[in-house]
Amino acid sequence: MSVDSDIAIDVRGLTKFFGAKKVVDNFTLQVARGHIQGFLGPNGSGKTTTIRMICGLLTPDSGEGRCLGYDIRRQQEEIKRYVGYMTQGFSLYRDLTIRENLEFVARVYGLEAPEDAAQAALERLGLVARADQLAGELSGGWKQRLALGACILPGPSLLLLDEPTAGVDPKARRDFWDEIHHLATQGLTVLVSTHYMDEAERCHQIAYIANGRLLASGTIPEIIASANLSTWVVTGEGLDPLSSQLKRQPGVDMVARFGSALHVGGRDEAAMERVAERYSAEGLHHWRRDEPSLEDVFIDLMTRAGADQ
Amino acid sequence: MSTQEGLPRVVPRPARRGALAQSWQRFVAMFVKEFIQLRRDRPTFAMIVGIPIIQLMLFGYAINTDPKHLPTAVLTGDDSPIARALIGALRATDYFNIKYVARGEADADKLILSNKVQFVIQIPPDFSRQLIRGEKPGLLLIADATDPTATSGAVAAALGAANQALDRELTGPLASLAQNAPPYEIRVHRRYNPAGETRRNIVPGLIGTILTMTMLMYTAMSVTREIERGTMEALLAMPVRPVEIMLGKIAPYVVVGAVQMSTILIVASLLFQVPVVGSLFTLSVLTLLFIVANLSVGYTFSTVAVNQLQAMQMTFFFFLPSMLLSGFLFPFHGMPMWAQYTGEALPLTHYLRIVRSVMLKGSNFGDLAVDAGALAAFTLVAMSVAVMRFRQTLD
Repeated sequence: MSVDSDIAIDVRGLTKFFGAKKVVDNFTLQVARGHIQGFLGPNGSGKTTTIRMICGLLTPDSGEGRCLGYDIRRQQEEIKRYVGYMTQGFSLYRDLTIRENLEFVARVYGLEAPEDAAQAALERLGLVARADQLAGELSGGWKQRLALGACILPGPSLLLLDEPTAGVDPKARRDFWDEIHHLATQGLTVLVSTHYMDEAERCHQIAYIANGRLLASGTIPEIIASANLSTWVVTGEGLDPLSSQLKRQPGVDMVARFGSALHVGGRDEAAMERVAERYSAEGLHHWRRDEPSLEDVFIDLMTRAGADQ
Repeated sequence: MSTQEGLPRVVPRPARRGALAQSWQRFVAMFVKEFIQLRRDRPTFAMIVGIPIIQLMLFGYAINTDPKHLPTAVLTGDDSPIARALIGALRATDYFNIKYVARGEADADKLILSNKVQFVIQIPPDFSRQLIRGEKPGLLLIADATDPTATSGAVAAALGAANQALDRELTGPLASLAQNAPPYEIRVHRRYNPAGETRRNIVPGLIGTILTMTMLMYTAMSVTREIERGTMEALLAMPVRPVEIMLGKIAPYVVVGAVQMSTILIVASLLFQVPVVGSLFTLSVLTLLFIVANLSVGYTFSTVAVNQLQAMQMTFFFFLPSMLLSGFLFPFHGMPMWAQYTGEALPLTHYLRIVRSVMLKGSNFGDLAVDAGALAAFTLVAMSVAVMRFRQTLD
């Protein structure tokens, strides 16, 4: 059972308080083996806390769950053996060389030939030439690659990646995601938190959390459909004053600037249509009906979550 | 007009002070920031007040360079009233606390080697007969002179007391004996340090003090450093157990400690001519035990402290009584009982007995079993606390 079960993450009703503050509220999620699960939400929404509960670093105040078939409350030791957790900040030893860091990880996981495993990881990462450089001297992108390399070195069944691409350039981010997909095709399950929409779109499934509560979950089409948002794309001159005006209009739930265009959306289709007709009749801007994008939906979710507080 | 001034401002630029006032303002900014940070760190704040108070208490109450009631054994082959009166007179000086009656010279040596007594009063078997015959018999006062400060007062008092000791006994036909100088002589035998050199006492003590300071510092930082550098979370997410972390963090410093010990020993014998009378093997094994005890204490601090500053202060907090209450600087038996009990709970106290005894007196494992046992117990307790305190989760 356990490591080979089809559901890699199966948590129900996870709740965590920090003092009086409810940081995670009744969080439920299932992730199938080999899937890439995106985890989105604003800063401070409880993503890191949730990830820590899944890998046994935090004990939930209520709720239960299994990670790779192991109980997250009682079998943390087993979970640690098969889960690679990449923390938000760089958490390898800066004053150790790249090779020394990898050998440390290999030994901690009890690998039979730690030197060989580290060498193999160096080759995989393309870091053989820089193996003896201190890890702290690497650039942001390389640090992140090394951290991922260290996570997968012991051959985990599940990867938990907490904002792995924060502060990393677009090319490195792209390579990173190619690598994640490559790992998933080999049967590795990945839970990755991110703020980037293009990254979210590369996930098989997405969970959106705000104020500790799961607001949306599913595939991208499912999430877009369930949001029930009618959107228009507005182009023309003077979009900024228009934006502040529209935000006050009844029926408009979401206004967001995308490059040279304004995305305007509302959940009440009829009301939104009236707004669109009135403004396009003024002839100052060009209004065009469009399918809502994932980002439109998230901005709407975030606006609503903000209004709740 | 610069181009900056020409641009419309979203945020108006607030008025600024003059150059000198700005410098003052920057100083105030730093001052206020530092003060706030200091105030937020509660334990540090507590120690600002705590350290001076404790230091004063220790210096003020615990330190006495003229210790009395020193543990003493009596070895006598003569149970006559004269002998008893003599012992009574020595006891009346308040310097000698007669705790043991030795059954023979070997027994008396054992008591000194195992640090149970600092003095042995030896009265030969036919002391009173020789005295009555006017043969001026000798009374032997054997002093453990490894700490000359601790014994000099007692020796002087013994010599003074002996003059009048027998005045009451020597009456009637024996009155003539009480006339001039005492009818016997006190011979003082300062063992292990006949010249009363302070460095013979201080240098071995320094081994213990230096090791305490360095060893505590090494491990006190070890866990807080992981937390402050952000490596702790990743470490906790790996399948490594608290005991493994602890032992892995302590072990390298045992090697460091061994190097330090050898360095101090070599310098001690080359520069200060302090001999190693006992076995070097005994000394090394027991010193390693002491090193491990200190590393465990440091590691325990590390699991309790929130940041490196706190860990530093805990180290200092532990080091201070170690210096003052262990018998390193001031005689152990000169301290009030509460200070002696506190001292017994410090590893340095036991190690000082060990290192001085092995180096100067040649004591062996058997003599030092109690102190070695205390160090081992200390290590076990500290390690258990550390493992229990070590949080495996981030809760």
